[in-house]
Amino acid sequence: MIKKEMIAMLLAGGQGSRLGVLTSKVAKPAVAFGGKYRIIDFPLSNCINSGVDTVGVLTQYQPLRLNTHIGIGIPWDLDRNVGGVTVLPPYEKSTSSEWYTGTANAIYQNLEYMETFNPDYVLILSGDHIYKMDYEVMLDFHKANNADVTIAAMPVPMEEASRFGIVVTDEESRISEFEEKPEKPSSNLASMGIYIFSWPVLKKALIELSDQPNCDFGKHIIPYCFQNDQRLFAYEYNGYWKDVGTLGSYWEANMELIDIVPEFNLYEEFWKIYTNSANLPPMYVSEDAVIDKSIISNGSEIYGEVHSSVLGAGVTVGKGSVIRDSIIMQNVTIGEGCVVDKGIIAEGTKVGSNVVIGIGSDVPNKEKPQIYAGGLATIGENSVIPSDVQIGKNVAISGVTVAADYKDGLLASGETLIKAGGLI
Amino acid sequence: MRAVGIILAGGNSRRMDALTDKRAVAAMPIAGSYRAIDFALSNMSNSHVQRVAVLTQYNARSLNEHLNSSKWWDFGRKQGGLFVFTPTITADNGSWYRGTADAIYQNLDFLRKCHEPYVIITSGDAVYKMDYNKVLEYHIAKKADITVVCKDLEPGEDVSRFGTVKMNEAARIEQFEEKPMVSNVNTISTGIYVIRRRQLIDMIEHAAEEERFDFVTDILIRYKNIKKIYGYKINGYWSNISTVDAYYQTNMDFLKPEVRNYFFKELPEIYSKVGDLPPAKYNPGSVVKNSLIASGSIINGTVENSILFKKTFVGNNCVIKNSIILNDVYLGDNTYIENCIVESRDTIRANTRHVGENGVRVIVEKNERYAV
Repeated sequence: MIKKEMIAMLLAGGQGSRLGVLTSKVAKPAVAFGGKYRIIDFPLSNCINSGVDTVGVLTQYQPLRLNTHIGIGIPWDLDRNVGGVTVLPPYEKSTSSEWYTGTANAIYQNLEYMETFNPDYVLILSGDHIYKMDYEVMLDFHKANNADVTIAAMPVPMEEASRFGIVVTDEESRISEFEEKPEKPSSNLASMGIYIFSWPVLKKALIELSDQPNCDFGKHIIPYCFQNDQRLFAYEYNGYWKDVGTLGSYWEANMELIDIVPEFNLYEEFWKIYTNSANLPPMYVSEDAVIDKSIISNGSEIYGEVHSSVLGAGVTVGKGSVIRDSIIMQNVTIGEGCVVDKGIIAEGTKVGSNVVIGIGSDVPNKEKPQIYAGGLATIGENSVIPSDVQIGKNVAISGVTVAADYKDGLLASGETLIKAGGLI
Repeated sequence: MRAVGIILAGGNSRRMDALTDKRAVAAMPIAGSYRAIDFALSNMSNSHVQRVAVLTQYNARSLNEHLNSSKWWDFGRKQGGLFVFTPTITADNGSWYRGTADAIYQNLDFLRKCHEPYVIITSGDAVYKMDYNKVLEYHIAKKADITVVCKDLEPGEDVSRFGTVKMNEAARIEQFEEKPMVSNVNTISTGIYVIRRRQLIDMIEHAAEEERFDFVTDILIRYKNIKKIYGYKINGYWSNISTVDAYYQTNMDFLKPEVRNYFFKELPEIYSKVGDLPPAKYNPGSVVKNSLIASGSIINGTVENSILFKKTFVGNNCVIKNSIILNDVYLGDNTYIENCIVESRDTIRANTRHVGENGVRVIVEKNERYAV
């Protein structure tokens, strides 16, 4: 009989709409991070580094990029004879067919997958956080406390606590109170969305609540376990953990990587982060290039200036162009004489020559001021920007744009320009 | 595919100085991210040669580590695969490989068990891209017994480390000289051969009976008048790396846009073992000009006209000029390096100066990285 002590279920089906045009064609876990990585690489690498070799990845929103990235799991050593990585999309059933309607509902629809491994414990993860964590230590904590559910939690500033699920614990870390996004939080210990369940407890809760619409871990499963007097513990985590759910936090987390000794260090031999990296040649830096305080991935060619930026693989920066405080994802081509200031340019985008991005004043975005903020100019993947145009702050651009789309050669701050086209 | 591949990767080269003390030539790092044998292996894979034997002998630790999985080059299929053969003691043999022909002889079972009609033999120490199918088509069209891939060197270039060939109008090889001191011919053999498998087995067995062990002198040169040996000329980039100068020059060629594009951008691509290293990091104070920088490197100083292999650490105020820094080297603050090749995993003490005065200098320091 197949037996795995702990298996992981990784929730990767969400759109992440607060990342705007970055997630218009890909799910959030597949968004590039730190040059050559994608967000999902972090939980996947944590799994294999923690000795969890069976991972179900639940996908729903725009899964193509995610599927091709994961493949059979070779980069993470998750190509196993037994277990390994399995992509679990929603599927048609003989009686009812539905999408994944909530985080717990998605897990419920895959009860059969989990059963095949006869696990003692199930680890629930989400695919949108940047962190390094040893789940095995968390499991030891779970076992030592004879817990039914262990929730990883970290202290957050009190004023931000109302954005999270908050746990209140006693001296033995047992959870005495649980509040989902409370207005007046009674503690600052925030749930990180990482749970270890003892399998019988999870199974029972999922079946009991199977009729609950939009069944969610934070809103339904955890309160249910709590009400049934089960042993819930909080595993306090104090390392680096970053939610990259908004453009602002996504940009910040990338920029933290370029510090001289970053808090989140990718250069440690210990706890390597793995990714599907096909692009092998080294990068070329030309005679005229100036690079300073940046990280740049394989296969890039730099002829211009790059300051305080994160560049993905296969990026070309033309002669005379200046990139500053920006995130440029893989296979982006930037022509000559461009200026990019606080830009986020997604994969495969082609920027012409003499383009200026990030000029003008910090006018809020007219359509989605909550999403496109912080003075960032965000350009979706496989877009085309014609030569000789100027682009302001808090703008969103996606698709193949032509000179006529830019009135007087300018897209003013706060504008949104969404066009069709480009490679999918 | 109608051919199996054999890559001869057993050799060291005295002319590579200290660089091959710890590895075979085929395992030499190339162009920041590759090893010499990646070129032959990728060519095999890209030509759809599915069954490839690598014959190793001299200090194969580094090479074996590189070949730890055949999946990097897309081998490891049910049909075929990558086979690494080192000399072994058997009931009727207790010798090392005494030459290239002997190396093949000792692994003749591999060839006997194949069903592919042809064999492609190449060395593991050359940097090139080639579709072996084109050579094979030529071989068949010429009804040749052996086809030797040849290249014209520039007039005046030193041919003394190669075999020189002279062909007639029909491209049949009439003269073949192995490593002549001087020669009026500047066409050389690249060490890439196509031969029918049965023919090769016969010739190798015959050579072994006579205790002859070298493929070039004992087979090519001895048979050239009775067998149809044809030359196939190539014009593209091909470079053998087996001297310090050639190794240095081959690496420096990658700073030229045409060479870089040819290998890095044009398809088919060259594959190598994936290192899972983070992107290169440029800290404030770094100045990099006309250089190749591999992943995992951290740069705090000045780098000009140089190639930095994976995981190089360049300290504050360092200056590196016209040099090659191999994998995982730590350069302490204020070091000055010019015209040098720094051996991999080395640690260069802070405030030191290393200059290759008359040509390229190989630096092997073997310092401890961490003071106790």
